[in-house]
Amino acid sequence: MAATEAHKSNGIGKDVAIYVCLLVLAGIQFVIAYQSITASQMFVRMLSVAIIEGGLALLFFMHLSENRGLMWFVLIFTVAVILGMQYGWTDSFRLVDGVPWAK
Amino acid sequence: MSQADLSIHGQVSRSEATEVMTAPTFSVPAKKMAMWLFIIADSATFAGCLVAYGFIRNATPDWPRPFHSITNVALMTFILLTSSLTMLLGVRSAEQDDKPGAFRWIMITAVLGIAFAVLHIREWMGMIGEGATLFHNPWGTPAFGAAFFSVTGLHLLHVTGGVIALIAVAIRYQGGRYNADDIEITGLYWHFVDLVWMFVVPLVYLLNLAH
Repeated sequence: MAATEAHKSNGIGKDVAIYVCLLVLAGIQFVIAYQSITASQMFVRMLSVAIIEGGLALLFFMHLSENRGLMWFVLIFTVAVILGMQYGWTDSFRLVDGVPWAK
Repeated sequence: MSQADLSIHGQVSRSEATEVMTAPTFSVPAKKMAMWLFIIADSATFAGCLVAYGFIRNATPDWPRPFHSITNVALMTFILLTSSLTMLLGVRSAEQDDKPGAFRWIMITAVLGIAFAVLHIREWMGMIGEGATLFHNPWGTPAFGAAFFSVTGLHLLHVTGGVIALIAVAIRYQGGRYNADDIEITGLYWHFVDLVWMFVVPLVYLLNLAH
């Protein structure tokens, strides 16, 4: 019984620690928003922080760290689909910049 | 080999075959696996929306930056992150067979979800009051209204559905019709909604702050 209580207490301690980390990371995103940097630099920094936040939530809040097989299954499918969506960015830049080969 | 041996051999084979057939994928129960498959599919939906939003934003030179204050979105982020913690506490209580505790934490999570939705709608009303709608934008390209309301609306729809699911599952759990596994599966969905918000905030709000 005591061991169970200790396990529960440790689990809650870890959950709270991850929660505080997520709050801090979210705060960092808000700080980045007020930095005097270009929009693309801001985008890269914010997205990097968001990926770290998402990773922490996936691994610890959603317990993916406890099941390696499921973790790879989820990551490989999700990342493959998301990467597949990136094919159109060149068109997006072409619309703005109007590069010669687009005509 | 006698008939008895064959029979025993046959029984062992069937038993082994059944064991192989019923072994859950990645040792994850079927209901939980179904939720993970939904999450994978839904993450593709949100990624599609956010990529489309980024595409339009990048291709539109006069993209507006209408957000003057981060107070509301910061409060919404704090509420949603806190609701993930209370959801975890609810799952842990359910795993410990603490029914009143689990019910209490899940209801707190639902209340936080409602608070998030109210703040979100209040922000929407403010923007609509300034003239921004799905097809109109007083600050420039109409694509802004369509993109903003679509992405945030899809997320708000998920939060609303999540709140309804949380309340329904909590009531059924307290009534003994659902167990701790069902609470954990609902928790997975709620954490996913939180995870999506971590990407919506920087891409939709913070990159459009008026400086």
